[in-house]
Amino acid sequence: MDTVNMRCRRSAGAAFLILLVFSLAGCGARETRVQQGTRDGVLHIGNDAEPQELDPHLVTGVPEHRILLSLFEGLTTLDPKTLEPKPGVAESWTVSDDQLVYTFTLRKDARWSDGSPVTAQDFVYAWQRILSPKLAAEYAYMLHCIQNAKAFNVGALTDFSQVGAKALDDYTLQVTLAHPTPSLLSMQVHSSWFPVKRASIEKHGAIDVRNSGWTRPGELASNGPFKLTEWKPGLVIVVAKNEHYWDATSVKLNAVRFYPMEDLQTEERSFRSGDLHITGDMPIGKIPVYQRENSAALVIHPYLGTYFYRFNVTKPPFTDARVRKAFALALNRDEIVQNVTKGGERAASSFVPPDTAGYTSANAMPYDPDQARKLLAEAGFPNGQGLPPVELLYNTSENHKLIAEAAAEMWKKELGVMVTLLNQDWKVYLSSMNALDYQMARSAWVGDVLDPINFLECFLTGGGNNRTGWSSPQYDDRIAQAQQAADAGERNRLLNEAEGILLDEAPILPVYTYTRKFLKSPALKGWEPNILGYVLYKNLSLGAS
Amino acid sequence: MTALEQSKQPGVSLWQDAWRRLCKNRLAVAGLVVLLMQAAFALATPWIAPYAYDAQDRALGAAAPSGQHWLGTDQLGRDLFTRILYGGRISLLVGFVATAVALIIGVSYGAFAGYAGGRADACLMRIVDILYALPFTVFVIILTVFFGRSLVLLFAAIGAVEWLTMARIVRGQVRSLKQKEFIEAAYVLGIPRRRILLRHLVPNALGPIIVYATLTVPNVMLLEAFLSFLGLGVQAPMSSWGILIKEGVETMEEYPWLLIFPSIALSVTLFALNFLGDGLRDALDPKRSKD
Amino acid sequence: MIAFVARRLLQFIPVLFVIATLTFFLVRLAPGGPFDSERAVSPEVRAQLDAQYHLDAPLAVQYRDYMVALLHGDFGPSFKNPSRSVSEWIVLRFPISLELGAYALVVALSIGLVAGVLASTRPNSIRDHAAMSFAMAGICIPNFVLGPLLVLVFALWLRWLPVSGWDSAACKVLPSITLGAMYAAYIARLTRGGMLEVLAQDFIRTARARGLSEARIVVRHGLRNGLQPVVAFLGPAAAGLLTGSFAVETIFRVPGLGREFVQAAFNRDYTMIIGTVLFYATLILLFNLLVDLAQAWLDPRARHDGA
Repeated sequence: MDTVNMRCRRSAGAAFLILLVFSLAGCGARETRVQQGTRDGVLHIGNDAEPQELDPHLVTGVPEHRILLSLFEGLTTLDPKTLEPKPGVAESWTVSDDQLVYTFTLRKDARWSDGSPVTAQDFVYAWQRILSPKLAAEYAYMLHCIQNAKAFNVGALTDFSQVGAKALDDYTLQVTLAHPTPSLLSMQVHSSWFPVKRASIEKHGAIDVRNSGWTRPGELASNGPFKLTEWKPGLVIVVAKNEHYWDATSVKLNAVRFYPMEDLQTEERSFRSGDLHITGDMPIGKIPVYQRENSAALVIHPYLGTYFYRFNVTKPPFTDARVRKAFALALNRDEIVQNVTKGGERAASSFVPPDTAGYTSANAMPYDPDQARKLLAEAGFPNGQGLPPVELLYNTSENHKLIAEAAAEMWKKELGVMVTLLNQDWKVYLSSMNALDYQMARSAWVGDVLDPINFLECFLTGGGNNRTGWSSPQYDDRIAQAQQAADAGERNRLLNEAEGILLDEAPILPVYTYTRKFLKSPALKGWEPNILGYVLYKNLSLGAS
Repeated sequence: MTALEQSKQPGVSLWQDAWRRLCKNRLAVAGLVVLLMQAAFALATPWIAPYAYDAQDRALGAAAPSGQHWLGTDQLGRDLFTRILYGGRISLLVGFVATAVALIIGVSYGAFAGYAGGRADACLMRIVDILYALPFTVFVIILTVFFGRSLVLLFAAIGAVEWLTMARIVRGQVRSLKQKEFIEAAYVLGIPRRRILLRHLVPNALGPIIVYATLTVPNVMLLEAFLSFLGLGVQAPMSSWGILIKEGVETMEEYPWLLIFPSIALSVTLFALNFLGDGLRDALDPKRSKD
Repeated sequence: MIAFVARRLLQFIPVLFVIATLTFFLVRLAPGGPFDSERAVSPEVRAQLDAQYHLDAPLAVQYRDYMVALLHGDFGPSFKNPSRSVSEWIVLRFPISLELGAYALVVALSIGLVAGVLASTRPNSIRDHAAMSFAMAGICIPNFVLGPLLVLVFALWLRWLPVSGWDSAACKVLPSITLGAMYAAYIARLTRGGMLEVLAQDFIRTARARGLSEARIVVRHGLRNGLQPVVAFLGPAAAGLLTGSFAVETIFRVPGLGREFVQAAFNRDYTMIIGTVLFYATLILLFNLLVDLAQAWLDPRARHDGA
């Protein structure tokens, strides 16, 4: 072997290695995406799942909704902190004395992203679209408060001019309701109420054609602070500042990039490495870490949702309300939120989250193991003897599993009952619940609207969201009356009575009220968390931390 | 010893010879011992586990290893050592039984196809292709629904998928062995086909089969974690190594012991299996016998 | 040879037909449909949706319509992600999985073959044990553990590489290694096994006796036969790599077909499932054909056998 040759090779190898290390180490001092974005006015958001579509009348999920809030503006916007309705496309409105007729005066300078004006006819067209039976929009029911809207939606009425939405002229919109709807103004920020540009839709198909392709970048006409510029499925959706937006001068961001993040761990790591300004969610296991470090990045905020367990009241042993209540009273919900979920959730003693549009349940489902044991004994199962194992169903998730395991252990300890756990894939789980093929099932309800009735409506007799087999004519009656009540106090009283019945007969067991937990960079200013998860993009800005 | 004396020695069968050679391989013996110890632990678990597998201590939460909990606890305060013991029973059972199922089906199918050749081989391999192409996830979901969740079904599901690759490998081996002179000789000697297949082809093809079998076991153990994710397999609060590892990854930085210890348990088993498998393959290789 | 290939290609058609049919009925057996959601949909909306996607027709009719469309190359719209049709989704996502799989295969082959050959030429030496232990580590550490570990070390602590995504070249390193690691381990083991068998054979002894260099013996004479089990494994391995990995694609946010496929199963996106299954099946069939051809080339004696 030639020594000179070897030495040459060795030194070349060493030089290469040194070069490699330096070039890679140099990468470490690179500017992060967040730093660059802050400089350029580009916001990087972690946005849960890949959006299925961006048609405001067809979307059902939160990730889609978050994007649409940047693209569209409805009649009103909300103050992000107080959730009070503020002028949006409508600059003012009047309400009739009987609370049934709303007249909106639209601003004259509202524009679509192609420069054309936003008119009252755009709203009427949009609402006709979402209520068209053939479009089969899942959220069409949100507009059923409008007079004759439901009849049109189910195909019983074919003449839309009979529906209570009229454009009196280009800038005056009159809405006639079927019953008083206190949440009408705050509902306008839901995508089902957003206007769409007729020409834009009809370029790709008829009014009621699904997925015609009108939502592609460059085709989508939007009237909000941003317009859609890029959609790379699985990677990113980019919206850029809409110069034609009537309030474009208030918009401080230049662009927003939404990144689908299916895996929570990946999202958290992305935030840590400086790829995201703000995440959509975060893994529970990391919460104590951020809390310990007293990190300003961690944000925990109450959310309008309830995590609960359903009982199938058509199958023993839960046909007996005493057994149901026994299980409910024996579950130590405080301990679950303290030791298991640890995400700042609040133990729920009612189904409707406290202070929902001013409504707080006067009734409560307490934690009372002694009473629980008494009820169980009364029902014929003293100390759990004679009660066959009960199965608790949940859909695949680490979180649900942990809570279910803790709950099962609590019931075993307090009541002496055996609870087995069953994990099912999402669709199978839905299928089992719909078919009432379960004994106990984990569930959740997130409010679409700031209105307690949105929660309580679930348990009307035969309602699609009931899924427990429970039926109470008195409950149905209270809800129906509350719907017609014009006076807020009266309405809340009736709803309270209804909820009282619900908690007493216990077809469900509320566990905790949701919180939203996410990570936010100090460079992002103006992001006010609220219980609806509503974002007002024109308030956001990026600056030095 | 002279040739004459050598020919008067009592004959040694393939299996006896293999066993003797295996015993001489220290690593393989070590592997075997470890596996036997794992099996012993698994059987003795109800007696040696310090806690019940579902005993929670929620106030404690996830704690690092200590005097009371030798390997630490998980987020519900359950003793990790206990959970690894119980998890091992499931993982070992699933790993070996499912692999055995895959092995039996795969070897028979593949050997037959490889030896038969021609149209039969083509047809059989096309069937393997078809089964291979069917969506596994959907298949498993359907299984969970129609047959409930028994552990036996888990073996069936896993075995039903792993045998396909095994069959293909065996077929390949048999096909190349088929042409060898000693097989032709056996044929000429009038030995019936089945006997050729069983006593001459398969033992000679055993090398890659064993290696692949030792590779299938870890695959099966981790596949079981994915299946539990889908709802097939063990239900909470029972666990397996695959599930423990999956849970451990989520809290890798905060509670590293939750990932490290189950991973060690799995790795030790797999290494032992590996050495044993290598030893077996060397031992069974007839060409090595008298060298 | 041409006849052989042609015959195999023709066999594709009935095989794919059977696969399409079996999958079609298989997916309908799973409970839950594409439009089941947490918020109950009103019966009218449900009826409309079913009508639009032809889910209300009798199953036999749906099957017939679907197969006819298939013959025209129309895989239908995706139920879950209707902004594009199934074929558009496959065209969009597959090249990414292909790229990921190709890099992973390169990683797997380069590490695996080298490790396997090095180990087999000095059996039971330190080199052998080291290489095989390294290989075992690749098998013992599942990809959903290896991925996050690599990210932790290289992306968060050392900051050499990005955490996730598929935009830049740097993004592609960690996912490729994660995906390829396990296959590298398999290939190393199989190569070693195959090579050990071959190197013990008489013709190798002959070559040594003739004075050929060790390297030449190993590469020119040993590999051809010793690679046989590796090649047999490569068929399913390549197929596995191409179908992507649900775990790797999720952890690294790679928008490939692997994750889409599993998600489609979870979402009961019927058209997407069948479309992807058929696409993969075609690929797998092609690969197996290639593998069989390679095996024939490597071992001339196996060539003269019908199939």
